[in-house]
Amino acid sequence: MQRNTIQQRFYRPLERQITLGRPSIRRYVGLLALVLILVVWQVIASLRLYPSFIIPPPGAVLEKFITVVQDGRLWLHTSTTLVEVLGGLALGVSAGVVLGYIIAKNQIIEDLLSPVIVALQSTPVVAYAPLLVIWFGSGPNSKVLTCALTVFFPMLMNTVVGIRNTPAPLRDLMRSLGATRAQMLTRLEIPAALPVLLNGLKVSATLSVIGAVVGEFIWANAGLGFLINLSRNQYDTPLVIVAVLTLALMARALYSAVSYIERRALAWQQRTRRD
Amino acid sequence: MPASISVQGVSVEFRAPDGGPLPALGPVTFGLDAGSLVCLVGPSGCGKSTLIRVIAGLQTPDQGKVCLDGEPVTKPSRRVGLMFQDANLMPWRTVIDNIALPLELAGVPAAERREIAMKLLPGLGLADFAGAYPGELSGGMAQRAALGRVLIQRPDALLLDEPFGALDAMTREQVSSDLLALWAQERPTILLVTHDIHEAVRLGDRVLVMSPRPGRIVADIAVPLPRPRRVSDTYQAEFGAIAQAIRQAIENS
Ligand SMILES: Nc1ncnc2c1ncn2[C@@H]1O[C@H](COP(=O)(O)OP(=O)(O)O)[C@@H](O)[C@H]1O
Ligand SMILES: [Mg+2]
Repeated sequence: MQRNTIQQRFYRPLERQITLGRPSIRRYVGLLALVLILVVWQVIASLRLYPSFIIPPPGAVLEKFITVVQDGRLWLHTSTTLVEVLGGLALGVSAGVVLGYIIAKNQIIEDLLSPVIVALQSTPVVAYAPLLVIWFGSGPNSKVLTCALTVFFPMLMNTVVGIRNTPAPLRDLMRSLGATRAQMLTRLEIPAALPVLLNGLKVSATLSVIGAVVGEFIWANAGLGFLINLSRNQYDTPLVIVAVLTLALMARALYSAVSYIERRALAWQQRTRRD
Repeated sequence: MPASISVQGVSVEFRAPDGGPLPALGPVTFGLDAGSLVCLVGPSGCGKSTLIRVIAGLQTPDQGKVCLDGEPVTKPSRRVGLMFQDANLMPWRTVIDNIALPLELAGVPAAERREIAMKLLPGLGLADFAGAYPGELSGGMAQRAALGRVLIQRPDALLLDEPFGALDAMTREQVSSDLLALWAQERPTILLVTHDIHEAVRLGDRVLVMSPRPGRIVADIAVPLPRPRRVSDTYQAEFGAIAQAIRQAIENS
C-alpha cells in the first residue's frame, strides 16, 4: 500500500532499531575494549620502556585524579570550561538558528551573506582564535566566543536545510487553513525541521568542547585546556591525562544529553507500521 | 451554508525549463451551484491541480478570476476545504491532533477541539486510532484521517484533487462511499478531480471534461441518475451510456 511521501521522508526504522534494540551484551563488548586498553597500558608502563613522565602507570593517574578532586582543582577547571561551553553553545546555537531561519526564508540575504559565511567557515577556528583572545581578553568571554563560532556554522547549515525542506504540500495545507506566520513556524516549520535541527545540535555539542579548549590553549587563567597546558609544561603527565579524560567525559555527556532529548522529541519516528 | 463557485476566464502560465512561457491552464469558465457535487476529469498534466489551487486561493491566475458566493477569491478561505492525493498528515502528530489541526489554527481550546475530533472518529472507521501516528496507518486509514481533517472545518466548499488516487480499488470505493454519505448530510459544494470515469459518474451531479494542456472545459455532462447510487449500479445501461459520452469527449478533445 502506498504511503504518503512526507512519512517516507521521515521513515528511518532501521537506524532506530539498531540504537534502541541493541542487546545488552553488545554494550559490555564496548566495556571490554576499555578494560583491554587499561591492561595494555598497565603492561607497557610496568615494562618501563619509557620514562614515567611519558607513559605514567594507570595507578599514578588515578592517584592524581583523587588528589585534584580533593583539593578542588579539578572542579575549578572543569566548571570553568563547562560554563564556557554552555555559554558558547547557547550563543552559537541561537545565533545559528536565527540567522539560518532568516537565510532560509530570504534569498537576497543568502546571496549577501554567503561569501562571508563560506570564507569564515572554511577558516579553522584555531587560526583566528588568537585574534579573539586579543580582543576579548584571557577570561571566559573569548572562550565563549571561540566555542560559539565553532558551533555556529553546523547549526546555521542544518537550520537552512531543515527549514528549506518543509514539505510544500503541508505548507499549502497550512495556508489553506489560514495559518498565521507564527503558526506556520510553530506548527509546521519547527516540527518538520526538528530531526535535522537536533542532528545539528548533536554535532554542535561535540564541537563545543573543542571550541572552548582551543581558546583556552591560546591564553587563559583557568579551564581544562589551561590545565593541560600548565601540567604539560610541568611534566605532570598524569594530570594531563586526567584533564583529557575529563574533557572526553564532558563531550560525551553533552552528546548523550542531546541524544536523550532527540529520542524524546522524535518518539513518533519509532511508531511506524511495518507491512 | 454551501458556497457557489464561479470560475471566470481563468488561465495560468508557468515558466518552462527553457525559460519560455508554459501555458498550463485555460482559459476556463464554469460555475458550481451551491450544494452540488461536480467531477472534473481530464488527461494527466492538463492543469486540473493548477485549477484546484487557483480556486483554493493558493495560486493567483494570470488571467480571469474566481468568485466564492460572488466575492473574488484573493487568498485561501477557511470556508473551503482541500484534499489531495497524498493524505498530507503531519507525521509528528497523532491522528486526533491531525484531524483537530484546523480548529487549533482557528484558536479553539485544546479540550474542546479534541472532543469534536473524537466524535468524528467512529464515522471515519478510526475509533481505535486516536493516538496512532500517521506512520502506523494504512493508506486508506490515512486518507480517512485527511477526510476527517477537512470535515472538522465544516467547509462550505470542498476541493478534492484525486483524493482516492493512491488507494487500491476496494479501499477507494469504500472511502468514496464515505464521502458521499457525508456530502448527503452536510451538503458542501464539492469539486472532485478524478481520473476514473466510472467514479465520476457514480459520484457527480455533473462531469466536466478538460482538454490536454492548456486545459479547457470541452464538455459539461449532466448525470441525471437517482441517488443514492451504489457501486453495483455502475453496471447499468444508463450509467454506461454516460460513461461512454465522457470517454468520447476526452478522446475528441
Ligand atoms: N509550479 C509549477 N511550475 C512549472 N510548471 C508547473 C508547475 N505546476 C504545474 N506545472 C505544469 O503545468 C501543467 C499542469 O499541471 P497540473 O495542474 O499539475 O496538471 P494535472 O493535475 O491535470 O495533472 C503540467 O504540464 C505541469 O508540468
Ligand atoms: Mg494533478
